[in-house]
Amino acid sequence: MLDLLYAVAVAPFRDMAGAPAFLIEVLIGGVFAGLMYSLVALGFVLIFKASGVFNFAQGVMVLFAALTLVGLLERGVPVLVALALTTVVMVALAFAIERLVLRPLVNQAHIILFMATIGLNFFLEGFGEMLWGANVKKLDIGIPDRSFIVRGVQINQLELTAAATAAVLVTVLAVFFQRTRIGRALRAVADDHEAALSIGVPLRTIWVVVWSVAGVVAIVAGLMWGAKSGVQFSLSLIALKALPVLILGGFESVPGAIVGGLIIGVGEKLGEVYWGPLVGGAIENWFAYVLALAFLLARPQGLFGEKIIERV
Amino acid sequence: MPGDTPRPLLAVSNIEVIYDHVILVLRGVSLAVAEGGIVALLGANGAGKSTTLNAISGLLRTERGEVTKGSIELHGQAIHRHDPSAVVKHGVVQVMEGRHVFEHLTVEENLLAGAYTRRNGQATRRDLDLVYHYFPRLTERRGFKAGYVSGGEQQMVAIGRALMAQPTLMLLDEPSMGLAPKLVAEIYEIVARLNREEQVAVLLAEQNATMALQVAQHGYVMENGRIVLDGDAKTISQNEDIKEFYLGLTGVGQRKSYRDVKHYRRRKRWLS
Repeated sequence: MLDLLYAVAVAPFRDMAGAPAFLIEVLIGGVFAGLMYSLVALGFVLIFKASGVFNFAQGVMVLFAALTLVGLLERGVPVLVALALTTVVMVALAFAIERLVLRPLVNQAHIILFMATIGLNFFLEGFGEMLWGANVKKLDIGIPDRSFIVRGVQINQLELTAAATAAVLVTVLAVFFQRTRIGRALRAVADDHEAALSIGVPLRTIWVVVWSVAGVVAIVAGLMWGAKSGVQFSLSLIALKALPVLILGGFESVPGAIVGGLIIGVGEKLGEVYWGPLVGGAIENWFAYVLALAFLLARPQGLFGEKIIERV
Repeated sequence: MPGDTPRPLLAVSNIEVIYDHVILVLRGVSLAVAEGGIVALLGANGAGKSTTLNAISGLLRTERGEVTKGSIELHGQAIHRHDPSAVVKHGVVQVMEGRHVFEHLTVEENLLAGAYTRRNGQATRRDLDLVYHYFPRLTERRGFKAGYVSGGEQQMVAIGRALMAQPTLMLLDEPSMGLAPKLVAEIYEIVARLNREEQVAVLLAEQNATMALQVAQHGYVMENGRIVLDGDAKTISQNEDIKEFYLGLTGVGQRKSYRDVKHYRRRKRWLS
């Protein structure tokens, strides 16, 4: 009994203190993984905030963006041009989704829109593979997957770039939501779309904007994940990892998506490395979901989710 | 056809509204609002007041309703096929029943959101000051989340927000709902001032007929999706049936005492 207690509550921390450089490496790995989750979660949050729709297809949008980017690069298009073209494709996709999916389904129940995004999920998956082929591709955007060592800590250049990109993206989005006219309108629509209509906010424009932004976020996520682990079908499954991030951070909160992602990324790496041996490993696979479950019980709106304002 | 001016600001002629392709809710509703006037639209719950306002603002379609007959004209231009945002750009803004503030936005953000259709930042700032001038209470509340301010203040936010779109006509749906009499009086006073000083015309849907007829020049009474009576506000408030059914007065103009309330309900059959 005492042995078990020691193994759970003392030994891991002794290990951490014993090799601080290794601990920092684990933490960095966790932060990186967390930011990747955050990027995917961010796409969900944006769409959920503005339309109350849980976009099941966000994961596939990441895959689709990465596939398009790789496809263009393979045809010899320079990196920056390829990025611009992919952005155009994602914006065009947003227009198409508004016109063909959202507009005909306006005023339907949320569950129906959710089902529509499941359909969208399958369509995009097939469409992407039809256009660009189904084999695993390597995405090379010119940032070497190399590491350098600072004071005994190994730092990966690619991960560093990804983290910086994510930070910039999040800052830009936060400013966009808080300070701009369109951003304010987006939050207004999220709060009460009928009232937003009554003061002249055009819902269609808002939807196109929000799906476009989600598309751009998908490009960044696809870029980073693709550069790390290749572009393949399994990329769309990271959407499943974004779900606990959303529950943790709150469905409507941009900062929540970031903090939630970091907590889950760091938590699962620490758990895997230091506590994993106790249970035979694979903590990484279930840690996020268990944490999400605990949050659902204790704080269903998440860390930063909007509290349901009840008047009495 | 009522209307004192040759061409009113808003002319609703003979509209019919059908929900979900089958449910007929308005039949042959016609009304007019003069430039800079206040018109009251009275009636009980479910008479069709809100539907009429929604038909004008275009919000009807979000509720699966449609104007199937008749026309709604603003300055002689048909607007009943327009999107709500186009209607707002034409200068008609609705303040919905039940306030509908953006709860998670601050009071000031709510007001700024109201200026969405306008792109001039400087004019927006000026209008913000104007709203604070008319609703001094909101100045203290500007940084509060709108979901947490009082009901009266929320109603002020809703009206102020509509004002930010610089309307020529404001459609006010039940501004007295759920508010204490003192607050209702305060809000009505501000509405009357806005009308006087900013020349905003108002179409006012109300159950609180006493209050509405005090500020309005003209009134319409609705029942079962039709307009059953109209006339200038004085005439309407003198009407025996209106007194009994809407103003709570007996025939001789005395406040009705609950001691004498009849135990059956006299029903008026409106013949048209």
